[in-house]
Amino acid sequence: MNSLTILGLLPLVGSAALFLLPKGSDLLAKQVALGVSIVVAIAGLGMAFSFDRSVTGFQFVEKHQWIPAFGINYALGVDGISLLLILLALVLTPIVILACWNEAEGGRWSVKNFFGLILILETMIVGVFAATDIFLFYVFFEAMLVPVYFLIGGYGTGEKAAAAVKFLLYSLFGGLLMLASIIGLYVISGNQLKAPTFDITELSQLSIDPVTQRMLFLGFFIAFAIKAPLWPFHTWLPDAARAATPGTSVLLLGVLDKVGTYGMIRFCLSLFPEASKEFGPTIIVLSLISIFYGAFLAISQGTSSGDGNIKALISYTSISHFGFITLGIFAFTEQSHSGATLYMINHGFSTAALFLIAGWMISRRKSERISDFGGLQRVTPIMAWSFFIAGMSSLALPGLSSFVSEFLVLVGTFARYPIPAIIGTIGIIFAALYILIPVQRALHGPIAPGNENLTDLTLREKVAIAPVIAVIIFFGFYPQPLLDVINPAASATLSALEITGITGGK
Amino acid sequence: MSLGTSSTLVYLIAIPLFSSAFLLLAGRALDRIGHLIGTAASASSFIVALFELNKMLGRDGESRGVTQHLFTWINVGSFQVDATLLLDQLSICFVLLITGVGTLIHIYSISYMSHDIDRRRFFAFLNLFIAAMLLLVLGNSYLNLYVGWEGVGLASYLLIGFWNQKPTYATAAKKAFVANRVGDVGLSLAVMIAFVQFGSVTFEGVAKGIEAGSASSTALNAMGAAILLAAVGKSAQFPLQAWLGDAMAGPTPVSALIHAATMVTAGVYLISRSHFVFDNAPTAQLLVVIVGAITLLFGAVIGMAKDDIKKALAASTMSQIGYMILATGLGPAGYAFAMMHLLTHGFFKAGMFLGAGSVMHGMNDEVDMRKYGALRKVMPITFATFGLGYLAIIGVPPFAGFYSKDKIIETAFNAGGSKGIILGCITLLGAVITAFYMTRVMLMTFFGTKRWDSAAHPHESPWLMTIPMILLSIGSITTGFIFSNGDRLKNFLAPVVDQHHHEHEAELLAPMVVSGLALLAVAIGISIAIAKYGRKTIPASAPTDVTIWTKIARRDLLQDDFNENVFMRPGQSITRVLAYLDKRVVDGAVSGVGAMTLRLAGDLRKTQTGYVRSYALLILLGTVAVLTAILVVTL
Repeated sequence: MNSLTILGLLPLVGSAALFLLPKGSDLLAKQVALGVSIVVAIAGLGMAFSFDRSVTGFQFVEKHQWIPAFGINYALGVDGISLLLILLALVLTPIVILACWNEAEGGRWSVKNFFGLILILETMIVGVFAATDIFLFYVFFEAMLVPVYFLIGGYGTGEKAAAAVKFLLYSLFGGLLMLASIIGLYVISGNQLKAPTFDITELSQLSIDPVTQRMLFLGFFIAFAIKAPLWPFHTWLPDAARAATPGTSVLLLGVLDKVGTYGMIRFCLSLFPEASKEFGPTIIVLSLISIFYGAFLAISQGTSSGDGNIKALISYTSISHFGFITLGIFAFTEQSHSGATLYMINHGFSTAALFLIAGWMISRRKSERISDFGGLQRVTPIMAWSFFIAGMSSLALPGLSSFVSEFLVLVGTFARYPIPAIIGTIGIIFAALYILIPVQRALHGPIAPGNENLTDLTLREKVAIAPVIAVIIFFGFYPQPLLDVINPAASATLSALEITGITGGK
Repeated sequence: MSLGTSSTLVYLIAIPLFSSAFLLLAGRALDRIGHLIGTAASASSFIVALFELNKMLGRDGESRGVTQHLFTWINVGSFQVDATLLLDQLSICFVLLITGVGTLIHIYSISYMSHDIDRRRFFAFLNLFIAAMLLLVLGNSYLNLYVGWEGVGLASYLLIGFWNQKPTYATAAKKAFVANRVGDVGLSLAVMIAFVQFGSVTFEGVAKGIEAGSASSTALNAMGAAILLAAVGKSAQFPLQAWLGDAMAGPTPVSALIHAATMVTAGVYLISRSHFVFDNAPTAQLLVVIVGAITLLFGAVIGMAKDDIKKALAASTMSQIGYMILATGLGPAGYAFAMMHLLTHGFFKAGMFLGAGSVMHGMNDEVDMRKYGALRKVMPITFATFGLGYLAIIGVPPFAGFYSKDKIIETAFNAGGSKGIILGCITLLGAVITAFYMTRVMLMTFFGTKRWDSAAHPHESPWLMTIPMILLSIGSITTGFIFSNGDRLKNFLAPVVDQHHHEHEAELLAPMVVSGLALLAVAIGISIAIAKYGRKTIPASAPTDVTIWTKIARRDLLQDDFNENVFMRPGQSITRVLAYLDKRVVDGAVSGVGAMTLRLAGDLRKTQTGYVRSYALLILLGTVAVLTAILVVTL
């Protein structure tokens, strides 16, 4: 077996072990889950060190026939983009497990099932990013909904059932459109190649007539735009984030949603280059709308006098951030592409930090309403300052990792589309507002009633958040190790698009 | 100009940066000595700076700049940005000002903040500021500068809101950050234009690109305007000036260091550093002059109406930076004079802010000058040092401000044509108003009758506070003469900002005439102030039967009313409408899913079990569809 398969199987084996544990062994279940996820993370990082940065194309490739009659293969492989996204998931999983140690206690099902579901989800994530067979990708893409559905519906809060169903229906709707496109591709490959195939490298060689290409592109794109989520396909996200536990939200927004933007790069761009170019300007407009729309709605949660919800606020900021990512993807320059990919990683960490700390605030205060907090900096200084740093990362403060990616997206976009880049740049003003408003209301001011006796972060929580903050700061000053992995993959995508490179200088 | 290399520049930044991190991470254990560590870090940086100056003076004028390459920061395709530091004649001026005045203010703060439970954190933030400000002036590219630029903004935010348990202080901090962000849009755009036009974001690369003529004048004007926007935000210039008055919420040493001597002058640095852009972008350069001229009057008018001593000084800072910005817009002749005024202002304004802090320290943190009066007898050192700063700012010879402001007025008159006459008159008018409002501050604070609250027992501050004030006042006396004697500073800076030795410009008025006019302006300002405030008793509360113009000036020329009605309220309405539409329209319209969801969610149990079944069915259907399609193809 190859390393990617092993990497994907490890958490699955761990989750099987969890499900077999006797009832009531919650602590052991948590320890096993944490142990397994740490082993997987270390294995993943070890694998990354043997990744050859000088080679473009897929590495750690493996291919086995699955359903030979239909040309379906179990085919895995990673390039720089998918490698980093897998690493993001592998690093965040143990952090989430540690951070949400006591999150599952009030759930519909047992604690061990919660952590079992998280490990299953980890397997699916590795699969979805590593699949190089488009049918296999689809299977993971759909199957990964199941653990999320149970995580939200079974362990969430408030309107969790409705939110879980809404999440499922939106995803399913997109999935069906994508399925239709996949079938279409398969049919075309049957006509053009010796044998029909689902292999993405072979599929990218097809020459598809413009009208069909547009249709197939849209099938994929809408599925990914729902997942990403891009305006106007975003409305499931705030509900899901509000209902999900913070740990689930981290995996959902930090990692799973990246399947959307990853899919745009991997499938939309490389399979349908002409349609991508054709729809590019439209998607750039949608991205700009997302940037401002997400920001305004986040601000409305922050300024709302009563029911402003901190989880909803964070999810709206993500809509704004995803706008930057899709802007970078469809601006088609080296800088914007590398920036968009780096943005996916950085957003994973900064959103993780925001959600985890917000979760701790909520579990202490027993309220999600921003107006119930106040003066936390005085009562729980470490929690407050951690939230502040996470917020600075979210607004892309220079010196923190998200600045590098956001600036690369903007400078790359400017090279091809100056006006959209200028408009996008104005978005940074609103980012300051949607972060500083909740910071002021929750952390500053006099200590609000009910907050007097809140306790500061425990050692477990500090251990969970410290690596996230360290990553945010380290890659702000030294992003080059990540960019060295991303750059070859990003330029390979662009050269496949056959777009004349726009670079600085004349 | 040829650049050498150095391996020691990084220590300038690293020492305060690590000190800051250490102080923050060490926790309460370090509360007892945190302030000493912070002060030592700043002082060490100053000593390194003196060594660098010594080395620099050992080289000849054209080869004084040195760089230090640290690491590759961002490298994507042709977008290559290194973390590289550059120390030349322009940046050394700032480095000395930041670390020198910075260290004095650290010392002052040991005493000023001695009763604050968060003193260690205060010193950590001060160190963070020093490190960021040094990065700002030492970065060799616009993007390196950007990191320092935002770093000082962050430090400023943290320090304005240092006592953020008071909601208005927290709001003031946020306001400053947001105004700076508006400026950041400009800085971002400037970097983007630089990259697309020249393929480089270093100062050297852009300068060479312009010299090679690879940019249109439209592009250069756009870049200049973007840089100006950045400068306007950071330096509290019109129309982004409204945050500075509120920023006085921060502890007074912060006002002295960040909001008077150093950070707010970063805009002047940015424009001077980008002289190669503005020298080739006449429209942008004209905009710079206009902004400077408006702000120097704007700030001065507000300064006349303020009873809060810190806000009066803040308005004065705005106005004085207006002078500097105006000077940078006057081309090669102006850069050196802008720098000279910046440096002298750094001394006398920081000194006066520390003096104001000393007064507040003795007056139970009272800031209302109507509650002061006759303090010269009980606070003689504060009075003397503040008084020397006062003489410097209004421009009485031989104090520092006389030399530096005089040069700006002279250059303004010599700008040529009607522009020169208009600018010259504005700078003279500014001098009249400056003399007026500063005399007013002096009279209300140190002269006249006691109007103290019954609880006030004013006393002179301890020596840890007075020594920095004395040292700064020595700077207020001497720096002007030192810098201008034999055009010392101008010649020192010439290799950086005036490489092309422009022809000597025609003089509209002889220097002696300008000096005479300036002194006349000062005399007028002082006389009016004495007539109004020196001869009458000052009421302990501000009179309400004043003209509409006074009322407007007291409301900061309606700057907040403008922002509120033009930006804030419409913004809030848009936000509310969008939030409503998102719930009612977008959510519902994307699909009929919404209604279906609610129906399904109505029965929880049914949802849980029933829905998964239908999901499984859908997956099955999907698979069947695929298999059918595959069969069709393969048949």
